[in-house]
Amino acid sequence: MMTKNPGTTAQFAFNISIFTKKLFIRLGILPFLLAIAVIVFALMSENFLTGRNIMNVLRQSVYLTIVSLGQMLALLTGGFDLSVGTILALTSVVGALTMASVYAAAPEAIWLAITAGCIAGLGAGTLVGVVNGVGVAVFNVSPFMMSLGMASVGFGIALYLTGGVPVYGMPVEFGDLFGFGTLLGIPVPLFAVSIVAVVLYLILYRTPFGRYIYAVGGNIKAARLSGISTRWVLFLTYVLCAALAAFAGLLLTARLDTGEANIGATMPLQSIAACVIAGVSLRGGVGRLENVILGALLIGLVQNGMNLARIESYLQIVVLGALLILAVIADQFRLSLLRSPGI
Amino acid sequence: MQRGETGTGCGRNPCPIVRTVGLTRDFPGIRALDSVDFSLLAGEVHVIFGENGAGKSTLISMLAGAIKSTSGRILFRDRPVEFDSVHAARNFGISAVFQEFSLIPQMTIAENIFLGAEEVRRGLLDSRKQLRKARELLERLDFHLDPESKVERLSRAQQQIVEIAKAFRSNLSVLILDEPTASLTGHETQQLFRLIRKIKQQDVAIVYITHRIAEIAELGDRISVLRDGKLVGTVDAKSTTNDELIHLMTGRVVGDVFPTVKFNPGGIVLETNDLHSFDGSLNGASVSVRSGEIVGIAGLIGSGKSRFGKACFGALPIESGSLSFKGEQIRKPTPAGMLNRGFMYLPPDRRDEGLMMMRPAFENVTLAAISKSPFSNGWIVNGRTEKLVADDLANRLNLVPQRLDQTTEHFSGGNQQKLMLARSLTRKFDFFLFDEPTVGVDVGTRSTIYEFIALLCEEGAAVLLISSDMAEILELSNRVYVFFAGSVQAELSEDQITEENVLASFFGRKAA
Repeated sequence: MMTKNPGTTAQFAFNISIFTKKLFIRLGILPFLLAIAVIVFALMSENFLTGRNIMNVLRQSVYLTIVSLGQMLALLTGGFDLSVGTILALTSVVGALTMASVYAAAPEAIWLAITAGCIAGLGAGTLVGVVNGVGVAVFNVSPFMMSLGMASVGFGIALYLTGGVPVYGMPVEFGDLFGFGTLLGIPVPLFAVSIVAVVLYLILYRTPFGRYIYAVGGNIKAARLSGISTRWVLFLTYVLCAALAAFAGLLLTARLDTGEANIGATMPLQSIAACVIAGVSLRGGVGRLENVILGALLIGLVQNGMNLARIESYLQIVVLGALLILAVIADQFRLSLLRSPGI
Repeated sequence: MQRGETGTGCGRNPCPIVRTVGLTRDFPGIRALDSVDFSLLAGEVHVIFGENGAGKSTLISMLAGAIKSTSGRILFRDRPVEFDSVHAARNFGISAVFQEFSLIPQMTIAENIFLGAEEVRRGLLDSRKQLRKARELLERLDFHLDPESKVERLSRAQQQIVEIAKAFRSNLSVLILDEPTASLTGHETQQLFRLIRKIKQQDVAIVYITHRIAEIAELGDRISVLRDGKLVGTVDAKSTTNDELIHLMTGRVVGDVFPTVKFNPGGIVLETNDLHSFDGSLNGASVSVRSGEIVGIAGLIGSGKSRFGKACFGALPIESGSLSFKGEQIRKPTPAGMLNRGFMYLPPDRRDEGLMMMRPAFENVTLAAISKSPFSNGWIVNGRTEKLVADDLANRLNLVPQRLDQTTEHFSGGNQQKLMLARSLTRKFDFFLFDEPTVGVDVGTRSTIYEFIALLCEEGAAVLLISSDMAEILELSNRVYVFFAGSVQAELSEDQITEENVLASFFGRKAA
């Protein structure tokens, strides 16, 4: 018995390593990062694995998740959107200004003010996407330059509108419901993100349009020769991406109770990071929605864990950048494993 | 023939430059190369022959150092070697010219030739010396190219030549050519053959992959046939008949690859009159295609034949001239519009314009029809039906071994081509345009494709076949147009369709 034991242990370890390798090749780095993050932070802080904190992480990740889902669409078509942060800011500022002024003019019409503010905010944010879409789809501007340019334009407008000062004066009901409200004990923003995810899932995997997004990123020439209006698909992709970012901007405005031009500055990097960590290809055509949600959650988890572990916020930015690079390296490694023999 | 199996001694036979012993390579799920013992002699043209997916590319990739073996050894002049990289193999004088070019379009020919081995003086680039050496090299090889011109300006055939010249920049003992004539014109092919004969005499060994049997007869000394990753035999090129070769390759006896087509020409389906394109590649092309016939378009690369197909389908803007399809005048064709009218176009370059390589195969099959019944009701995709129909079409095209939810790039070239063919069955079409349907496709798949085309025609569809493969044009077409400089140089029908007549019109001379 005793003599046999080491052999089986070695065998067991060997099996584990094979299994790990297979898991890595199938699913990428994401599950491992999630597991490592949970273990490390659970050890560093006993508050980490409490139900309340988990709910916190989920709630805090809502905004990044929604933006990342939009970013994923742009990435799937082989482009990306660097203006998502600006869209958040512009939506926040325009939405808050509209809401505040309608509310000031007619203090009893609370829901009118909220509705008007939401429509104005969503419209302003989505308009950035319309411009992006026209530039990329019609004028063939590279998505990099187009969205970088629009990021500057939008940010400038947001600052100009507010003079750089936060916008106050929205009805408290807006923040109470969309920022802090709960339904059946679950925060309202979580419902919002769930609806967005389900609808987007149906669009991507159950409609021809979803297939076209993958096709445009997969091989735009083949898509065109298959009768797909690639311009239209590209245009709608950027509009959809902006609309999602704008929606996140509204939710964040409700949470902050102010309209701010400075929110969303970290969104472009974080949303692209969430997608890349989740295995979305920067060349387009590859990536799954479920994984992107997990990718955004990972970033939320890491931020939350670092907060609990009292890691300074400036250092947190360093960690996030490093995490992104690590994910890309891991993905390259995975691809080389995929091509190599002996698995 | 006795091979030097014991290792060091070569007996009375010439000593092989390169030998492999039990060379094996595994990819996830498949053994691409299975224990191959291959030997290459100095001064021979050694043809590697086999169907797509037989392991040809894998074998030469390992000889060239592009990939490593799973097991087995490579011996260079009877010394075991390990090539970690293409660079390492090149140090032994082994250079490969792959089908996919390794050229940098923005650089000049000279810069490309010496890429990675630049002429340097005191740490700085010596571009003058490099230019001189490039010019000498091109002259020695008898290629008329200006080493200062940018590669992006060159035609595909010229780029191929630069790629070959690159292999010659250092001492060469083994030259590996992977279907080098796939994109060359007849003239350029002859030039390449002359070059190969020349370097053969300098004791360079040449590994030559081709699907074209005619080239084997013209060039080959020995032929190694691969099937399912195994080397089924090495035979003498001069004494082996085509039938024997095909039997070796496929493991079965294949009759004539070309089916006899029963033509039944009906009304005109597609007619163009004096078609001009904005980019100047078409200069007054007039062509008509009837239902129930196969019309071939022959011509050199750059003759506008491929562009003509694109223009009809709406993928290339038309400047002037008329295009009518099923009796309807079409001013501005678009791919979506033409597809809806019943026009199917299969592009020549499946990797570039045909397939989404990183997507599951079935998505490529259904791409052009996903918004139509039965695949969807316009709003919602019916995933089950989609997979069922795609599977069914794949079966009809003998795309047996693969599962269609696998990534397309894992399919062999022939099977990828079949995926595109399957696409043309996902909707009802009256007109099929095939542009180079059998490029880089093995004989087995080739005959499947020809039967497929013949069947379409016999079922009453109009077929336009654009091809650089002379045999294809001669054997399948009811009528043939020969393109030159963007317009029709000759129209041939029935017994006028001969190789001489087609060739005569290739260079702008009127057929007698």
